[in-house]
Amino acid sequence: MDLTLDHITHRYGGMAVLDDIVLDIPAGEILCVIGPSGCGKSTLLRMIGGLEQPDAGRVLQRGPVPEDCLNPLTYVFQDFALLPWRTVAGNVSLVLEDHGLPRARSAQIIADVLARTRLTDFHDALPRQLSGGMKQRVAIARALAVNPAVLLLDEPLSALDSQTRELLMEDLVALWARQPFTGVYVTHNLAEAVRLGHRIAVLSRRPGRLRDVVEIDIPLPERRAGMPELEALQTRLWDLMKEEAMAADQELLHV
Amino acid sequence: MSDAVDGPRPVRFRGGGFRPVSVRGVGVVVFVLLLALIEWGTRAGWISNLTLPRPSDVAATLVALAKSGMLWTHMAPSLTRLAVGSLLGVSAGIGVGVMIGLFSYVRAGLVPLVAALFPIPKIALLPLFVIWFGIDEGSKYALIALGTFTPTVVSTYGAVDNVDRTLVRMGQSFGLSWWSIVRKIVLPGALPGILSGLRVSLAIGIILLVAAEMLGAEYGIGAYILQAGSLYDLERLFAGVVILSVLGVLTSWAIGRVEQRMLRWRV
Repeated sequence: MDLTLDHITHRYGGMAVLDDIVLDIPAGEILCVIGPSGCGKSTLLRMIGGLEQPDAGRVLQRGPVPEDCLNPLTYVFQDFALLPWRTVAGNVSLVLEDHGLPRARSAQIIADVLARTRLTDFHDALPRQLSGGMKQRVAIARALAVNPAVLLLDEPLSALDSQTRELLMEDLVALWARQPFTGVYVTHNLAEAVRLGHRIAVLSRRPGRLRDVVEIDIPLPERRAGMPELEALQTRLWDLMKEEAMAADQELLHV
Repeated sequence: MSDAVDGPRPVRFRGGGFRPVSVRGVGVVVFVLLLALIEWGTRAGWISNLTLPRPSDVAATLVALAKSGMLWTHMAPSLTRLAVGSLLGVSAGIGVGVMIGLFSYVRAGLVPLVAALFPIPKIALLPLFVIWFGIDEGSKYALIALGTFTPTVVSTYGAVDNVDRTLVRMGQSFGLSWWSIVRKIVLPGALPGILSGLRVSLAIGIILLVAAEMLGAEYGIGAYILQAGSLYDLERLFAGVVILSVLGVLTSWAIGRVEQRMLRWRV
């Protein structure tokens, strides 16, 4: 399933947040969206998944939704959004319960996604017993359980320390390599963007406009931290963003 | 002085305190000491027996009350009234509180009404309740129900408001039905707040129980205390008060157990 952002414009109160965003998100590709803080990139992601409505423009889905897909547009949140009163398996099962699957089938899905995120041993653990990285892996497992057509990742690694972030990035790449998914990955971290994005969309500061879309040809599994090509690209992105980020930092908050 | 400044010296620790730790047994010790002090004072004579009864006499009265079977005669109707009244009040309160938390129109319509009902001393309405619900148990149930209803509503909708909105957003993003979100996300998330509100509501329920029984009941802890008070029988009066305290401690303990069981997921 492909997604098209068709001239998305949005304002909060009188203030323009997003201005005429046009983007294509083809199936099987990860699109990273970067931009200075407050440029509306998380708002854009909420619009893609239907959690918020743009003032003008539309988000269009094209092509058939894959069979046995329970929730085509599925989020992974920055703060994990796990139910603290449910176990790891219970949190995954939450998103299956409304679909009336046979008990054996959901148990099988849960076991499968927990295995893919290496959480099988933590089946009955409560979220408070888990580290930040494990919590995010549970959230990823939950997202995989509904077999999404598009994964919408809202700064999924921003609440984690840098070592955990590195490990989880490798996990995400491995998951993609095993079964390529369509992804929209919002982040302010350029290192994550160059590691995980097939294309990187750079937004300007408020009102967020599309400044540039950078393509990276290196296959995801071949990318390593500190590769010269990626470093160069990161510098280029930073040059694109630096002034904007400085200006954004000087702005008064109106939100 | 000068070498003290230059030489190595340990950094002074200044980070302690401001963190309550649970200390076992101290509560019991304070209680026992206070009783011992009163016992000593009444025996030695520097507390006159018009001021305070002797704790041992109160205990003896309690034992006699239990032996004569009258303890149960008074407890049974009181416990029934408390159970029926607060069950009605609390369940209606939780229901209305959840509705206020979920629906803007219900909130707009009922929050001012609850705010108007809350500060009314419910005991002032007892004559009215006697007309509405009869002199018997009905008016007592109604009094306790109304008294526990308002605090339960307030704490319940506060608890629903405090449920983490990102969890609700998550539920919506996975396409959960409205009913699933309420049942699996909102209600469990509000449970801690509802239970801690229940402690307050049930304590208010006990207060109103006694008030209702003082105004018209043959048997019941309140009636027992009222009788003792009008005869200035301090031993029996305090025996009644002790029963009420124990009742309060027991309900609080019971809620504590429920919290332990149902909120095991909390830290």
